[in-house]
Amino acid sequence: MSDHITLHVARYRPEKASETTFDAFELPCPKEWVVLDGLNHIKDRMDGTLSYRWSCRMGICGSCGMLVNGEPKLACATFLSDYAPGPVRVEPLRNFPVIRDLVVEMGDFMSKLTRIKPWIVRQVEKPLSDGEYRQTPGELDEYKQFSMCINCMLCYSACPIYGLDPHFIGPAAIALAQRYNLDSRDEGAAERMQILSEHDGIWGCTFVGECTKVCPKHVDPAGAIQRYKLQSAVEWVKAFVLPRAAQ
Amino acid sequence: MRHNAVYTPYHPRWHRTRVSTYWWLGRWSYFLFILRELSSIFVAWVVIYLLVLVAAVSKSAVRYQQFLDWSRNPFMLSLNILSLLFIVLHAVTWFNLAPQAMVVHVGGRRLPGSLIAISNYAGLVAVSIVILGLLLIRW
Repeated sequence: MSDHITLHVARYRPEKASETTFDAFELPCPKEWVVLDGLNHIKDRMDGTLSYRWSCRMGICGSCGMLVNGEPKLACATFLSDYAPGPVRVEPLRNFPVIRDLVVEMGDFMSKLTRIKPWIVRQVEKPLSDGEYRQTPGELDEYKQFSMCINCMLCYSACPIYGLDPHFIGPAAIALAQRYNLDSRDEGAAERMQILSEHDGIWGCTFVGECTKVCPKHVDPAGAIQRYKLQSAVEWVKAFVLPRAAQ
Repeated sequence: MRHNAVYTPYHPRWHRTRVSTYWWLGRWSYFLFILRELSSIFVAWVVIYLLVLVAAVSKSAVRYQQFLDWSRNPFMLSLNILSLLFIVLHAVTWFNLAPQAMVVHVGGRRLPGSLIAISNYAGLVAVSIVILGLLLIRW
């Protein structure tokens, strides 16, 4: 196996050019190096102007999402040696505006995230003196999978629906809504349903399923959306058959 | 943001790429998804075809014979074979996706997804056997 690999890195420098170009960098390729190590090597020793986001280096912070050979990946969890002998193409996440090089604008995702109220909603808060809200391991298991989301936005990058219709609220936001709906301590499901049953909510999803495939934390956003649809449909039928009970 | 805006550190100019009209050709899973969406047209065609069959049977033996002759022509045969392939694709993808949408608890335990998919296939086999049985008894 070659001990070097070439990275073709997308560069967007709005002060110089209005289009994206690619710069090639030849790097060492030790087997323990991930794409992020390669980018850090470029930044430190070859071209200090390269811009990208990163923080934890261990798949927790969700900052370093980018396209590696066209696939949405976390740069910190993608080994360069898996792509040997290369070359490897590194681009910013698809479906987002690019600010510079590999840095995308994520304001749209952040505003969608807050819309679905990703926190525990209580109709009446019990006094602190009553102690904590207790939960059984079984109740925890109901939502734990969806709570693993790290907001890395790989699912938005893989979703063609979001690419075609940026109003679509998107996979991670819906999975996080489901995370709180399924939490036994939460009472905000009806409020979230109002937002998610709109045209740009769950019904925008046509179940391509790519969001689940690219998720580095195995959250299964596609599953969350389909469960939400089923729940919404059941509630609609209930309201139709038993209009009084639904009120 | 206007495309002709002048870039300064405080007035960034974002780069946006348009999604290609042929985005679904770029990846096998996207292509399969489009085929699955397309299958709904063939499902609708089979429903219409069956309604025409029922109408022909209810009218007279002559109309039924005319229906059979119409169904025998190469175009109709090809269309119906293509429809069958699309309906199999529709059923298989639907059954495989069902576990993601359905969470079934039995005795406080969550059933594994594979069991939900298998029960769908078992249902398909059971219904097929019943229909085959009815046809064999008739003949």
